[in-house]
Formats: sequence, structure tokens, C-alpha cells
Amino acid sequence: MNAKTLFDKIWDSHVVRSIKDGPDVLYIDRHYIHEVTSPQAFNGLKDRGIPVFRPGKTIATADHNIPTKDQHLAIRDLLSRNQVERLNENCQKYGIELFGLNHPKNGIVHVIGPELGYTLPGMTIVCGDSHTSTHGAFGTIAFGIGTSEVEMVLATQCILQPKPKSMRITLEGELHKGVTSKDIVMYIISRISASGATGYFVEYAGSAISSLSMESRMTICNMSIEMGARGGLIAPDETTFEYLGKIPSIPGIENLKSSVNEWKKLQDDPKAIFDKDLKFDAGLIKPMITYGTNPGMGMAIDDSIPLTDNNGNNASASFLKSLDYMGFKPGMKLLGHPIDYVFVGSCTNGRIEDFRAFAKIIKGRKKAENITALIVPGSKKVEEQMAAEGLIELYKSAGFEVRQPGCSSCLAMNEDKIPQGKYAVSTSNRNFEGRQGPGARTLLASPLTAAAAAITGRITDPREFINEEQKVKK
Amino acid sequence: MPKVKFITLESTCVPLPFENVDTDQIIPARFLSATSRQGFGDNLFRDWRYTKTGEKNSDFVLNNPDFTGKVLVAGKNFGSGSSREHAVWAIFDYGFRAVVSSFFADIFMNNALNNGLLPIVISDDLLKKLHALIQKNPDTKVKIDLEKQTFTIASTGDSVNFDINPYKKECLLKGLDDIDFLLSMKSLITSYENNKSQ
Ligand code: SF4
Repeated sequence: MNAKTLFDKIWDSHVVRSIKDGPDVLYIDRHYIHEVTSPQAFNGLKDRGIPVFRPGKTIATADHNIPTKDQHLAIRDLLSRNQVERLNENCQKYGIELFGLNHPKNGIVHVIGPELGYTLPGMTIVCGDSHTSTHGAFGTIAFGIGTSEVEMVLATQCILQPKPKSMRITLEGELHKGVTSKDIVMYIISRISASGATGYFVEYAGSAISSLSMESRMTICNMSIEMGARGGLIAPDETTFEYLGKIPSIPGIENLKSSVNEWKKLQDDPKAIFDKDLKFDAGLIKPMITYGTNPGMGMAIDDSIPLTDNNGNNASASFLKSLDYMGFKPGMKLLGHPIDYVFVGSCTNGRIEDFRAFAKIIKGRKKAENITALIVPGSKKVEEQMAAEGLIELYKSAGFEVRQPGCSSCLAMNEDKIPQGKYAVSTSNRNFEGRQGPGARTLLASPLTAAAAAITGRITDPREFINEEQKVKK
Repeated sequence: MPKVKFITLESTCVPLPFENVDTDQIIPARFLSATSRQGFGDNLFRDWRYTKTGEKNSDFVLNNPDFTGKVLVAGKNFGSGSSREHAVWAIFDYGFRAVVSSFFADIFMNNALNNGLLPIVISDDLLKKLHALIQKNPDTKVKIDLEKQTFTIASTGDSVNFDINPYKKECLLKGLDDIDFLLSMKSLITSYENNKSQ
């Protein structure tokens, strides 16, 4: 028998049929849906006059376009309200479990799936959302799909999908203080470019990965799509099982111990071969920040903007257009550059660990006057936990207001837009033109870097604060 | 739902020679609130097409009457980012039937094929040449033959073969629908489920 990768094992065991010279018919264990990419799929079912094939395997939430203030009131934007209402109707009509707006467990789809125990090792998971890759942190094959494919899954619990190539990214060594998993993934993307893993499914491995918490692993898998990959996954281990063990009840699992024994088998065979194998040294990574309009345009925070693009092309039109949009020039340093907004949240960095990290730096300090901060928990559960740990109070006394959960300023479908020309240090995942509002200028970074910026009002190396803290401790 | 068939196409081109055009550019998130598939073409490339005050931006290619046609000639790494199928609906709704680039993002490629929009990958060099030709002469025509999988620049005779998954090719040529195909396999799917739960 050929040696198989973890990815091969999960994929192959979900193939209902291989079509000659065509895609595989892949069975889907878990389907997440949200208000924006599902209505047209439900319309499709209606037109065909067919039901949802396995409604118990689909879970729904409203997250993308909902407001983060006064959620108990009707949504003011009529189109958004209509979308949320369609979702409610469709879920009711087809018997789909909904964690919608005002549900006590509502939140961003990629935050609630794992925290409620719907994401489990060895599964195939899809959602009409590219950051579905997040769930790969549990040793699952999870990837984003389009609305036509959402309709396929609703109709048949399967999709047609060509098997991607495999890539392993190994990260050995120890992380420095002030460097987070966000920095790890931003570093990798800056090295291989925003399209460096297109066509591949990435497995992350190595000591620097296995030392990470589940939250940190999710941040890395989340941004796999930003290097072009279909998804990213990490083999499950004790950290994974411990995380799952803390979930009060996992739907469909009666005996966690025996499931864990099965999940332990989800590993690469020792001789498994990847189509591409990359290695990085964790010790070389510094806090990262982006300077351009795709996530591949990132650098160490104390670096200067390069003179060439990722392909080494000097001053290509696309490169200059991007810097022009940002109001930057090649060769420029960003440290000390004034900013206007700070956004902490999203499915990349909207989990409890991220808010704890942010608190680490803002504790005992005050928000800079020039900064407008949007602090948005990824879910109601995260919000509750923040309250329980005293973080909401701590944030308040530093001058920050905590909003209600949702995608918010990550894609600015609701009111949480960054105004034209303003700079935002954001813990989200995309710095595309206009992503956070028309003309908004996004600088992606970790929650620590966002905190440092929120305190000083400028792009600041978070290690200044971290090191200071340590001096005090000594 | 029978799909539109794609067999051959001969058309002038609309050039968009930028790299890394993501789906947020193709259709910004604030226009995703509709619940049908129609009408997205009005907001295709919205923030490039219109100025901040809502007037047409005369510098942008879609507002330049010299460039028309059913083929969008893009730059490298087209369609990255969000999985929103609305991006493909917007391009299709605007009137394009094929997009040419030297590199597409995966999800965009799948979404395009699922909606009868043909993504054609050509080499970086040929893409550069094509952009130069279109800039010089906006009447430059290309011919696409899906059956033969050929892409030809009419004026120069440059002709290359392009790749497409044979299954997807068949679907496009015959206007077949994936969901009908999957629905026909329901008993196979059910027996897969039964085997798994044992
Ligand atoms: S937080 Fe941002 S990236 Fe994540 S699901 Fe919401 S919009 Fe998408």
C-alpha cells in the first residue's frame, strides 16, 4: 500500500465515486451556511422542487452583514435585513439548525463551529466562505465553496471536486516573545506570495506548530486561503483532544474517549510524499505588518517596504498601483506612521486568546486620542468569556468599547466601515482595496501589534511593550 | 436547470492588465445583499468604475467605448480572495463569456466553470503580447473553440491549446448541470452513508 498523507486519508475515505478524467464526488460531513452566500442556493432548490437531502448536517448562522450595535433592534439596512430574514425562513422551512442573530450562541461561522463542537477531526467540512480553511486546525479537510456548490451540498450532501495537490509547510524552532501565530502565517505568505499555494492543500507541521494552542492553529489555517491554498490542516494531537474535551457536549459524540482513539490515527504515514515540501525557521519571524493591498505584501514591522514585488519585478504597475492606494512609497519605513483605526476581531483573530493578547498590552494604559477602535468578539461565547475574565471592564477603563459579535469591519458589509483614505491596523485577514470600506487602507497585523498601535496612535513594534513588561517583572 | 451552452466564441476584448485582482474588487461586499443571481453586472468593478461621488470614472476601461467585447483579458492571479460566486455572476451578467489570464485562483475557477463562464489560462508571454495588441488596436479579436480547446488571436494567428477538465468541458458543451448529475447518484450516496455508519 502506498504511504498516504493525512489529507489523502481523509479525502479518499470521503470519495463516493471517482469520475474518470473528472472531479471526485466528495461526501461532506459538515456544511456551514450564512446569510450572504446561501439564499441563491435555496432558491435553486425551490426551482427544482427538491428538499435539503440531509438537513441535520448543515448548521447556519448570521454573521456577515449584521450590525454590531443594538442587535436586539431590527436591522436598519433593508437589503441586509431581507437576507437575514430569508436565512431564518429557509432554515425553518428545511429543518436546519440556526444560530441566528440574537441566538445566545450566535457568532462568526468559523468561530462557533469549533467552539460548539461541530468541527471534529477527520471530517470534510465546507461553507460558502473562503475562510472555511480555519476548521483545518482540527485535522479536517475544510474549504470554501461557491454558491452553486452550496446548492450541491444542500441537494445531495456531496460536491464535485478535483483533488488538490499536497504541500507540507514545516516550521521548526522557537517563537520569539511578541510573535504570534498571526505573524507566523503572515510571514509564510510574505515568503511564498498570495498565490504561492494555489492548487494545493497545505499541511502545517513541525515543533513550532505543535506547540500552539487550538486558537493559534485556527489563525494559521484560517489564512491558508491568503496564500492561494484551498485549505490548510494540522494533524490532531493532545492539544486538539484537550480542547474538545472541554466542550460541554459534542453533537453526535457519546463516548469521546473512543472517538479520540480513532482520531489518533489521523496522521501522515511516515513515508508519505508531498507534492511540495517547504521549511521555515520560527526563530526568524518578527511581528509582521502588511504595506500593500494583498496579504502577500507583508514584512517585519521594523523593515522597509521593498523596492520590488513578490516576483522581484522592479516597480511593476500593479506593485506601484497598490502602494499608491496605500499612500506609501517603495523603500519607506512604516514604524511611527500615524494611523486612524484599530480593528480587533474576525474569524482570524476574534477568539478569546486574541482578546487576552490585546489586553496584555492595553492593561493600565489608555487608548490614543486619534484612534477609533472597533473591538468585536467573534461570538457570543467569546463575549461572555471576555466579561467573565474581566476583559470588558479592562478594555473600558483603557477607553475601548466592546461591540456585539459579527464579521463587522473585516468586510464592512454592515456600518462598521473604515472611511476613505484612513489607515486601519486590523487583525482580520484581507487588506484588499476597499475591503474595509471604499478607499480604506488596511494594515494587517496581530492583536499585539494592534494593541501597540491603539495605545500610541502609530505603527508600533509590540515588542517595545512586551520587553518593557518583562523589565518591570525582573 | 439547463445551463447556457458554450461552444465557440469570436470577440473583441476588454483589457484589465492588473495582477492580483481579487473578488472584492470584482464586486465589493456592500453589493452582496441581494438574494437572487441577477443584476450584479451593474456593480462589476464598482469602485474602479465609478468615482467617490458616483460619476463614471472615464479612466476605467469599462467606461472607455473603444474597448468592448465578450472576453475579459485580465492579469495574473485573477479572482483571488473571497469565495463569493457573485463575482462570477457580475462578470457574466455584464456580458462577458470568457476570462483570459495566466493564472486564476482556485475557487474563482470552479465558480466560473459552474456558471458557464470560461476561464482560459495562457502563458505569461502570450498574455503580455495580447495586452499590447489590444492597447494598440482595440479591434483585436480572439477566437475560442472549446471543442478543440484552442485560443487564437485572429490578427496574428497565434494559436494555443488551453486546458480544461474533460468533465467540465462536456458540461459546458452540452449545457449539463452538476446538480442533476449528482441527484442521479442518490442511491450511491445513500449506500456510502450506510457503509460509513456501520
Ligand atoms: S470574519 Fe471576515 S473573513 Fe471571517 S467569515 Fe467574516 S467576513 Fe469572512
